[in-house]
Amino acid sequence: MKTSQPGSRSTYRPVFDLDLCDGCGQCAVECTFNEIKMVPHGNKTIPVANRLACGACHRCDIMCPRQAIRIVEDPLVTRPHGVWSSSHIQRAHLQAASGSVALTGFGAETALPIFWDKILFNACQVTNPSIDPQREPMETITYLGRKAERLGDVVEPQEMLRRLIPVNTPIVFAPMSYGSINLNLQKAMARVAKELNLLWYTGEGGLHKDLYPYADWAILQVASGRFGVSPEYLKLGRGYQIKIGQGAKPGIGGHLPGEKVLEGISETRMIPLHSDAISPAPQHDIYSIEDLRLLIYAIKEANNYKPVCVKIAAVHNIAAIASGIVRAGADMVYLDGYRGGTGAAPNIVRDNVGIPIELALAVVDQRLREEKIRSQASIIVAGGIRNSADVMKAIALGADAVAIGTPVLIACGCHGCQRCSSGKCPWGLTTNEPQLSGRLDVDWAAERISNLIKAWHHEMQEIMGLNGIYDLGSFRGNRLILRGVDLDEKELSILGIKYAGE
Amino acid sequence: MCGIAGLISHDYRKENGARLKQAMVLQNDRGNGLGAGYAAYGIFPVYKDHYAFHVMADSTVAIEEVSHFLKEYFWIAHREEISIWDKVITDHPLFQRFFLQPKLSASDIDPDDFVTEKVIRINTSIDGAFICSSGKNMGVFKGVGTPKDIYEFFRLDEYQGYCWIGHNRFPTNTPGWWGGAHPFNLLGWSIVHNGEISSYGINRRYLESYGYVCTLQTDTEVAAYLLDLLIRRHGLSIRDAVTVLAPPYWSSTNRMTDVTERNRLVALKIIYESAMLNGPFAILAGFDGGLFSITDNTKLRPMVVGASENYTYFASEVSALYEMEENMAEVSTPRAGQPVIVYYDAEGKGEPS
Repeated sequence: MKTSQPGSRSTYRPVFDLDLCDGCGQCAVECTFNEIKMVPHGNKTIPVANRLACGACHRCDIMCPRQAIRIVEDPLVTRPHGVWSSSHIQRAHLQAASGSVALTGFGAETALPIFWDKILFNACQVTNPSIDPQREPMETITYLGRKAERLGDVVEPQEMLRRLIPVNTPIVFAPMSYGSINLNLQKAMARVAKELNLLWYTGEGGLHKDLYPYADWAILQVASGRFGVSPEYLKLGRGYQIKIGQGAKPGIGGHLPGEKVLEGISETRMIPLHSDAISPAPQHDIYSIEDLRLLIYAIKEANNYKPVCVKIAAVHNIAAIASGIVRAGADMVYLDGYRGGTGAAPNIVRDNVGIPIELALAVVDQRLREEKIRSQASIIVAGGIRNSADVMKAIALGADAVAIGTPVLIACGCHGCQRCSSGKCPWGLTTNEPQLSGRLDVDWAAERISNLIKAWHHEMQEIMGLNGIYDLGSFRGNRLILRGVDLDEKELSILGIKYAGE
Repeated sequence: MCGIAGLISHDYRKENGARLKQAMVLQNDRGNGLGAGYAAYGIFPVYKDHYAFHVMADSTVAIEEVSHFLKEYFWIAHREEISIWDKVITDHPLFQRFFLQPKLSASDIDPDDFVTEKVIRINTSIDGAFICSSGKNMGVFKGVGTPKDIYEFFRLDEYQGYCWIGHNRFPTNTPGWWGGAHPFNLLGWSIVHNGEISSYGINRRYLESYGYVCTLQTDTEVAAYLLDLLIRRHGLSIRDAVTVLAPPYWSSTNRMTDVTERNRLVALKIIYESAMLNGPFAILAGFDGGLFSITDNTKLRPMVVGASENYTYFASEVSALYEMEENMAEVSTPRAGQPVIVYYDAEGKGEPS
């Protein structure tokens, strides 16, 4: 793109404190978008921002040995207009220059309500004492999968348990494929899943041989491209996930361009080196629910009935869709909400398609209960879970577990620059270029991810304790713990919660 | 805070409620006069095979509406006023007792299911009327007042039962009204409860998917329905049902060395996660032939048990035990989460299956 046309300037830029800067040039090395150039200035070299590419990733800032860099907002100042904000103008400029679909990463950023922020927890006072997690047991063990409805239906408890997946805390790592992220990040997640007895999802990129030791904590994905699905693959793993849809881009497929299909990826995905890896929008052997049923049972037959999870994007008729999926034999329904993250999605799809996860979760849990099939499948929700309060609100609305993707990336340095698809992730996360993926140290990443989970777990225990609940099972689906503020009656009724003060 | 007491004879020896009243009166300060109640077992020997419905109603119109409903679905063997002494409490609802046999059609196989459904229908659809007792050969008597007032109001000196439980209420999170007093009853299950059920929200949703509708605005209601669901409809033993209500910690099950037993317990915990009770509670439950007590896993509410040669006693306070029996052979304090189940069938002691 020519640099002299509208739409070419960036909204952020680094500023340098030249009194602190010693001209070492580290920032220019760290910046993968060529935003920073070192130029001679008097008797030393100094960094200069070219104001074309800064995405506020903060890599230069954090890696600067002398803390000489700040990132500042440098918005395109346009005349204030109620319809045409500068971001709309900027995007139109960009597309006028490129002629292509505007791609982005991360989750939706439109200003639609975030219902988590309009929900508050209860707390014990006087008559029901709170419980101090420092003094009393406060347990979050959760079993995922299909459960019997009554003990009398269980012929052999051990067999029911074999088909369930226990996790120490109901947080799992959302599917991010090898290809969209690199092996170092998958290794770190896998290691934490094993260490803390959680689960990680492979996403569609198959399972690299280095990760076989972590397969017992992995849910292996079978998606529309069938990448990496081999007879061996269908024996490994704790369970399987059939991916139908993704919250950030419901109804469309994926595309890993050939230049990113490097050796390890090509081998793991079982496709030729440098060939495009295209995941079609639908699974071409699933055109309706009965086809899904066939695939669910084909997978179960292949591995002695390990649990099968079906991942769908939260869309308008989600309750009925989820009910059908459970009746088709899924042991887990994975709901991915409108704000779910992605490595690459058309901007227009990410920000305009699907429904918020809070509403989807509320109606699915309620519908499965009304249809008396809630025990047949666990509900896992994802798409915009930002902190432990979001996790606990999801659990109280009825989720069995939540999946987190973006928080894992953030734990490893991501600042949300939304350029995952560029292949130039400065933090070495969503890139497989060897010199960049090498920036992510597996030990460091594993420690950071593990810390994040432990911190959230402590906070979750606090929230349980202050509600006088020692076992998460009594929190799950307990919507009386929640109250809404700034919500109308329709929203309250969909969420199944009362207004604050009621 | 609430007060609880109960006694059960080991050989179906009957007595009036006087001894139990003494224990409740001693614990008077555990309540605030906004609710008290009693349940007695074995009190209707003449109609012992009939469902005894106690109807609590705001008006004669409501009672007639219930009566009309009952006539449609039941053979009414006998109908009577529940005798009261209204000098004690002047402002009170109306009470009627019906002895009933269900008119079962071919498709209604289980009479208890039939009765449960009708009780829920009356409680949800007839304005101003509640069925506060629906078991056989037992009755629940409750209302707004002190334990002494309610005892005298219902003239409980005049009933002879082999098992009595009582409750004294200090309502804090739901209104003090006649229907909200304890015991809560469904069929033969009667529950008195001291505490607050923090898991109420999910317990209630879980029960709703089985057709139970909570109408009495009080958390304890779920415990009665849970027992009915777990024991009668799901066929759990009383011991398993009590384990569901107050299960051992995961850290305890993980330590168990008997793998078969551990797997069974873990399965029980997993399947009935939504039926588990959380929050502070001490519960005393009466059923046909027995009593059991259970407390929460941190024992935030008291429960003590006494035994004499022919009786077992339960109370919130030790002194209340001695009000019932001066020569107590043994007094013990159950550990947190430890159930005490007392059951005597016609042939002697045994745990019901």
